[in-house]
Amino acid sequence: MLIAAVFLPLLGAFIAGFFGRIIGDRGSQIVTCLGVGLAACCGIYDFFTVAIGEHDQVVNLMTFLSSGTFEAQWALRFDTLSAVMVMTVTTVSTLIHVYACGYMSHDDSQPRFMAYLSLFTFAMLMLVTADNLVQLFFGWEGVGLVSYLLIGFWFKKPSANAAAMKAFIVNRVGDFGFLLGIFAVYVLFDAVSFDVIFGAAESKATAEVTFFSIHAHALTITCLLLFVGAMGKSAQLFLHTWLPDAMEGPTPVSALIHAATMVTAGVFLVARMSPLFEYAPNALAVVTVVGATTAFFAATVGCVQNDIKRIIAYSTCSQLGYMFVACGVSAYQGGIFHLMTHAWFKALLFLSAGSVIHAMSEEQDIRKMGGVYRLIPITFAVMTIGTIAITGIPPFSGYFSKDMIIESAHAAHTGVGNYAYFMTIVVALLTSFYSWRLIFLTFLGKPRADHHTMEHIHESPWIMLGPLVALSVGAVFIGGAFADHFIGEGREHFWREAIRVLEHNDSIHRAHTEHVPFLIHWLPLIVSLLGLGWAYLFYIRRPDMPGRLAAAFPGVYQFLLNKWYFDELYDWLFVKNAFRLGRFFWKKGDTGIIDRFGPDGLAAGTVAAARRLGTVQTGYLYHYAFAMIIGIAAIVSWFVLGRAG
Amino acid sequence: MTALSNFITHLPILSAVTFLPIVGALFILMLRGDSETVARQSRYVALWTTLLTFILSLAIWYQFENGTAAFQLEEKFDWLPQYRISYHMGVDGISMLFVILSTFLTPICILASWESIEKQVKEFMIAFLVLETMMVGMFCAMDMVLFYVFFEGVLIPMFLIIGVWGGGRRVYSAFKFFLYTLTGSVLLLVALLAMYFQVGTTDIPALMEFKFSREMQMWLWLGMFASFAVKMPMWPVHTWLPDAHVDAPTAGSVILAGVLLKMGGYGFLRFSLPMLPEASLYFAPLVFGLSVIAVIYTSLVALVQTDMKKLIAYSSVAHMGFVTIGVFAATQQGVQGAIFQMLSHGVGSAALFLCVGVVYDRLHTRDIDRYGGLVNNMPKYAFAFMVFMLASVGLPGTAGFVGEFLILTGTFPVSSWVALLAATGVILGAAYMLYLYRRVVYGELTKADVKEMLDLDPREIAILAPLIIVVMWMGIYPMSFLDVMDASVTNLLKHYHDALATRAADITPLGGQLFAWLR
Repeated sequence: MLIAAVFLPLLGAFIAGFFGRIIGDRGSQIVTCLGVGLAACCGIYDFFTVAIGEHDQVVNLMTFLSSGTFEAQWALRFDTLSAVMVMTVTTVSTLIHVYACGYMSHDDSQPRFMAYLSLFTFAMLMLVTADNLVQLFFGWEGVGLVSYLLIGFWFKKPSANAAAMKAFIVNRVGDFGFLLGIFAVYVLFDAVSFDVIFGAAESKATAEVTFFSIHAHALTITCLLLFVGAMGKSAQLFLHTWLPDAMEGPTPVSALIHAATMVTAGVFLVARMSPLFEYAPNALAVVTVVGATTAFFAATVGCVQNDIKRIIAYSTCSQLGYMFVACGVSAYQGGIFHLMTHAWFKALLFLSAGSVIHAMSEEQDIRKMGGVYRLIPITFAVMTIGTIAITGIPPFSGYFSKDMIIESAHAAHTGVGNYAYFMTIVVALLTSFYSWRLIFLTFLGKPRADHHTMEHIHESPWIMLGPLVALSVGAVFIGGAFADHFIGEGREHFWREAIRVLEHNDSIHRAHTEHVPFLIHWLPLIVSLLGLGWAYLFYIRRPDMPGRLAAAFPGVYQFLLNKWYFDELYDWLFVKNAFRLGRFFWKKGDTGIIDRFGPDGLAAGTVAAARRLGTVQTGYLYHYAFAMIIGIAAIVSWFVLGRAG
Repeated sequence: MTALSNFITHLPILSAVTFLPIVGALFILMLRGDSETVARQSRYVALWTTLLTFILSLAIWYQFENGTAAFQLEEKFDWLPQYRISYHMGVDGISMLFVILSTFLTPICILASWESIEKQVKEFMIAFLVLETMMVGMFCAMDMVLFYVFFEGVLIPMFLIIGVWGGGRRVYSAFKFFLYTLTGSVLLLVALLAMYFQVGTTDIPALMEFKFSREMQMWLWLGMFASFAVKMPMWPVHTWLPDAHVDAPTAGSVILAGVLLKMGGYGFLRFSLPMLPEASLYFAPLVFGLSVIAVIYTSLVALVQTDMKKLIAYSSVAHMGFVTIGVFAATQQGVQGAIFQMLSHGVGSAALFLCVGVVYDRLHTRDIDRYGGLVNNMPKYAFAFMVFMLASVGLPGTAGFVGEFLILTGTFPVSSWVALLAATGVILGAAYMLYLYRRVVYGELTKADVKEMLDLDPREIAILAPLIIVVMWMGIYPMSFLDVMDASVTNLLKHYHDALATRAADITPLGGQLFAWLR
């Protein structure tokens, strides 16, 4: 069951990818859906045996790399952390596969699309079940590759191609840090397999090393390098620019990769490495600050965007910030819990958005929507459920996980913890605002689409609505159902060795036991309702207010609309300069200096010398012969000298 | 069956593999008839000869024992006894896979030239078969003179292949190639002479045991460095490579990238490191510096290329930069990674050049801007190109990852700065390869002549399919290759560190304080 959960999607991808033309669209859909569907059954079964049944295990497949003391296996590690991830990934992925069968029904390369989706699922499963850092990196780059392929799925669109490249390269920047992190781990522990690293982590708690001419606490520098990787994959501030552009891909892709699974890999990595991070308090502080700042940044940008998918993309970026805040204050369990609930409600939001786009004849601008709730009632209902879940209103699942994170940040009682607490509260307000703004602008108010579009609006077929309904069930119940296991009293038994939290770091424990003032306790909910009211005021009661506000603060508005100008800055700083340097090295370095004074100069000199000597030979052949003669002469003189010696 | 395996085990197999291509060349030489028939027959003779050579070379792998560092399948006869020069052949874990690489790529090259070489087919095939003999011989030679003969011998057929069957400024390029490599080789020859005079033998295993004085080591090292650095090619003596590639026919590029670039790295491992350990330690910072420059500089240059072959040629220089870093890191992972990187680049870049050849045969241009949207009408080609592009980018699961990863792993403890700077190649590599792929393969199909292009034909599939399989195999189960080299590399490094153990204390690597700080 363990192996099947991971490899069935690969099998599906293989069949659909290579034999898609033979088995046709329908065949590919059936094969891939069957592959992930069965994998999901295995995944649920594995979750209950491994996590609930407390039966951790590692399946060794074969040796991957072995050189000197460096050794890495192909292996599947099943403990609670990976079992949670496997279950989440396979179930959500199955629903998205089914949805994609409907959503992509007019596309002319469906087998390819389904194969990519399944391949992605496989890579993600390899990532979460890795038993060592190298296999984790395999999955890590694997999901990056498929993400590249899927973003650029509509390869005829130049914007899609550009976005795909950007995603891969920005991720590579993160991977660069991740790689160095792996090397640092190897130098420190002489191993990369998790059992060895985690076993020895405590003994290295005070070790110091010199990397890059910096003498520093070993685990801090190691964890920071790994975190750079996590920042890339999880689109945290400075390495976030690829995620909004990635919305160029078809909607199921956005749901699967850029909401539910791949982008959470960074959070998973930090949680997985918790035994290391726990001994690196400074690294944890960085994680907290980056997470909190990203959450804030993305939320502010999300408030002014007009593309329905981009709003959700920034929302994802922001929610990932929450998860990092949780990890940063050692509430890894809360982070993973939010990861799971988020996977359900964010996949729901994305797929509902897809359903809206489908209904609106491919329109994505929410300014051209409105007033369609009667025409697509089911989509409206499920998207509202998703919005209630993300804004953290009880008893929907987002409430449990998000509240835990905010409380843990508060209970951390550190400077960065307080900063994170403040930020997460502000972000909760903004999240509520932009999420309801999306609902109001899309579904309520007066219709702003042209009559042509309005006439064609239709509810999506059941193959798309079915997964939406299933996801909304998850978005409602999954939080309450598992809260006790993940973050409640049962968490010790549930997580066991999978996550390590030092006693003095245990902010979840403190959040549960310490007395918190009434206001602090209910503040997240209060701001969430405030956000709802604010959005209601702006987009239902007084629709003229947003425009007036934007006109009053044009600088701020432009700053937010242009996403804090990160893209422009990077383009100017890195992209342009890389090309400029490349051209300089090529024209001035290679041609201008090396060749001019090297071979070309030498050749010109030889020709000139030959002319002066008055030889009659012309053309180049002479020179070769000349050169060869030198060689032969050298060999001959060797023999002569050899005899003499 | 027993009779056959008996025959193979008693065959002087290294010589057989080395000289079988020459036998084929003699056959071609004897072909008579009108030029059409001769051309066709010489193609077939060359193909069958190289295929047979490849199959025979697999027997080398089959008989090779992984557990030992000793030279295996040795053959030794007196050649010039008065000078104590012998015909000595043998392979160890370092050289064996290069033999297989050479014999694997040659039949692919013959097939790749099947239609694209139209003039003087007979001579072309002869040149290629001679080239194969030289390559295989070089990797098997256990005697310095023999090595040098093969090492230089490679130059001549390659020079002709570029100069006669090339395109564009082929004469300029061939000349540049020749001038560069020959200049280096003369210095190698001087170094080899000096060694011979000191030790009195040219036997490589014997030279490995000899301990040269430190000053002697420095000069010898520089002499060899001049030659091997050009072959690698290392920055700044790399400028011959882009020109040679651009003007060489496809098959020439394949062998150039696939095998000839590995001669330098092989030389470092066979001569510099084991024979001149103190000098290697001393000059390591120089190598690191040049290699890091190579990685960053040539990656950036690759980014702005408009010619597909030039782009891949520059990327080769960057990849070879990793190799030299790994070799001189002198750690188990570094050296194994370097050998692996040479093998994987041998397969991967050869495949990329073949991919360029496929579209060049159809449109007769290498200009990137002339293409675009190929995925629409050439999906099979797009898939193959994608696999090799990803291998070049170093994606885990393909051949390219293992080498780079092991090299960096082995280098990080030696110098974290070098590992850091070299690792930027991971980002830049992705940038220039994806950019290339996007411009050639993705996008809308707009140009009329590009629309006419047909997808891969069976011959081209037969060329690319084995390469795809090998690239994936090397990426998923690299142990088949790492196991082969393990014992020999361990032994090489033990030898190296033992030699340094007694005398290393008073060697300050070049750059002294600066390098110490940059560790």
